[in-house]
Amino acid sequence: MDWNTIFRNSLNAGVNAEAAYYALLAIGLNMHFGYTGLLNFGQVGFLAVGSYGIAVGVTFLGLSLWLSVLVAVAAAVLLALLLGVPTLRLRVDYLAIVTIAAGEIIRLTFRSVSLREVTGGSSGLQAFAGDFYAVNPFPDGTYGFGPFAFSESRFWLLVAAWTLVALSALLVYLLMHSPWGRVIKSIREDEDAARSLGKNVYWYKMQSLILGGVIGALGGIVFCIATQSVVPDNYATQVTFFGYTILILGGVARVGGPIVGSVLFWLILALTDNLLRQAIGAGYIPENILATSELGIVRFALVGLGLMLLMIYRPQGIFGDRKELALDA
Amino acid sequence: MHVRHLRPVLIGACLLVLAIPAAAWAQDADGELVQGVIEAPAEEEGAEPAPVPGVEIAVASDAGEEVGSATTAEDGTWSVELPGPGAYTATIDATTLPEGITLRNPDRATLEVEVRTGEQRRVLFPLGEGAAGVTRFDRAPQLLLEGLKLGLIIAICAIGLSLIFGTTGITNFAHGELVTFGALSAYFFNASAGGPGLQLILAAVVAVLVGSLFGAGLERGLFRPLRARKTGLVALLVISIGLSLVLRNLFLLFFGGRSRPFADYAIQRGIAIGPVSVAPKDLWVMGLSILVLVLVALALQRTRIGKAVRAVADNRDLAESSGIDVERVVLYIWTFGAGLAALGGVFLGLGEQVSFQMGFQLLLLMFAGITLGGLGTAYGALVGSLVVGLVIQLSTLWIPTEIRVVPGLAILILVLLVRPQGILGRAERIG
Repeated sequence: MDWNTIFRNSLNAGVNAEAAYYALLAIGLNMHFGYTGLLNFGQVGFLAVGSYGIAVGVTFLGLSLWLSVLVAVAAAVLLALLLGVPTLRLRVDYLAIVTIAAGEIIRLTFRSVSLREVTGGSSGLQAFAGDFYAVNPFPDGTYGFGPFAFSESRFWLLVAAWTLVALSALLVYLLMHSPWGRVIKSIREDEDAARSLGKNVYWYKMQSLILGGVIGALGGIVFCIATQSVVPDNYATQVTFFGYTILILGGVARVGGPIVGSVLFWLILALTDNLLRQAIGAGYIPENILATSELGIVRFALVGLGLMLLMIYRPQGIFGDRKELALDA
Repeated sequence: MHVRHLRPVLIGACLLVLAIPAAAWAQDADGELVQGVIEAPAEEEGAEPAPVPGVEIAVASDAGEEVGSATTAEDGTWSVELPGPGAYTATIDATTLPEGITLRNPDRATLEVEVRTGEQRRVLFPLGEGAAGVTRFDRAPQLLLEGLKLGLIIAICAIGLSLIFGTTGITNFAHGELVTFGALSAYFFNASAGGPGLQLILAAVVAVLVGSLFGAGLERGLFRPLRARKTGLVALLVISIGLSLVLRNLFLLFFGGRSRPFADYAIQRGIAIGPVSVAPKDLWVMGLSILVLVLVALALQRTRIGKAVRAVADNRDLAESSGIDVERVVLYIWTFGAGLAALGGVFLGLGEQVSFQMGFQLLLLMFAGITLGGLGTAYGALVGSLVVGLVIQLSTLWIPTEIRVVPGLAILILVLLVRPQGILGRAERIG
């Protein structure tokens, strides 16, 4: 067992691009679920719209990457409006079903052959992130230290991604400490009370849905620039479930919760992954019980188990406050 | 109830699955390939179709790179090995077809296929009289029949989901896994190398029993203790999602990613009834589904426990105060609901094939069906599911088959806009 490699890989995964875009996804979910009490299970739809906004903007519409960001954000706002109009007046479990269905509709539509010209069908789109890497201010070389050493292009990506995460978190912090944030939280606590004070609950929920959705779309933008490709099946329902696991792990309705949750989530996943891989390699686990190729499956099962255990034993997560939990609707 | 009681729970929930020895599932190590049979239609009604040898088929990757080609053998079969999973196109060289035989649809000489890891994908090039003259009107009866079959299967699977929601308020996202569990159990008892190799009908009966026990186990081991701890409904919803992730990936681990058929009734030739062609097994599935649904309706209407179920679904507190043992009723619902879901899984596996995510793919359609019919009602689940099944199949008259699920899900959203309580639901505040 090579402990050095195990820890290096795990620490690296904790700050890498996955952690950054899942942090954005979870910050958006925190806005919806944590602060407003909206049970949005279609967050992956916003991620998909963000990614495809960039990819389609560059490859099909022929825009620059920077203009495509506007396309992506506009698409996320539009999606939030489409999703919100029929569902925001409904009870939470209805919202959950509808949003999960909407996420699937988006994925199936993007991968359909009839849209092949635009979205690339099931194989998706590649080679659209050139503009981003072209403006890399870091000269060639290796940056960082120890387990956190990255090439110049990856370093540029990570700096940009984590800056985006920090700005989003700051925005949420400022909003939640404003009168607007207090209305949002009061809706979570008691919708009727907020309504009786003359607040337009429906419109406040819509604003929250739009804001969280746009932050999710930013996650999608980081995702597609990091992988330099969009593939429709990467936007399956379980991405949202990962987001919830991260949010609940870090702490619901806490500004830093999603960030801590995401870093820890990817660190733990990489740790178990590497541990099992090394254990199989060293012969501690016989190949016929668990093969290296099956580790990905074990990982998903562990996430599910983790989500269940967290929800049963510590629904407020590491930093959460149980009082700020809209779990009883 | 103390926290301690939850521990056996999670382990217990998975135990039934794990009890099936891993080796019994022994995944084949075969690589991906596309294959098919080129057959010319029979000259006269009822005769066997004739295989066509010497036809060339080329397979290319999605990027247009050729990965291989094949010529059909004496029995009309061909296969091309693939370098790995992904999207491919198969093109038949129409010039190599014998004189007088043409593709039924000349536009479909190139077909797109998605091949998953380890999958051996069949590609069909139907030959014969041009289908150019076939109008939507001609296809409609066939699709109507298929829609009815899909709707019946969704209904059988969804009754439990709807009643569990009606009695306990849990939106159970792991219900699709109960469907898969039924199909996988039947596969294990029927076709698996390490299984007893029962005939499918017997295997289906055993699978329904095992599925019922699994449902009862989930209720007793997981959901009842959680309710006793006063876990909120949203928390229960999230827990059911976690459970669904765990179960689905355990299925994948033991069963593998490939779809596989049962050992019996896998291939059946359709018999023509008027304008439609239907395989005998599909008629059986539809007949049995209707029988089961009628029996369920009778049980709900006439038996003591059925009346108790309706009473609890209608108003839990009132039912409890009139002396009904609500916890017992809920246990019955989980048992029968899971049994029905298992049966639906077997039916579904008979029509398509058995795969680890067949139930999960059906889950959203079940939700669409029961939301359309009215959440929490038994008959609503039936009506709504039938509508969803029909809409999905009939929509292929206008839209490509691959996105036929989309209208089914779109109904869900439209219903919520127009009549949120569903067709049979009572108008009450649900917002």
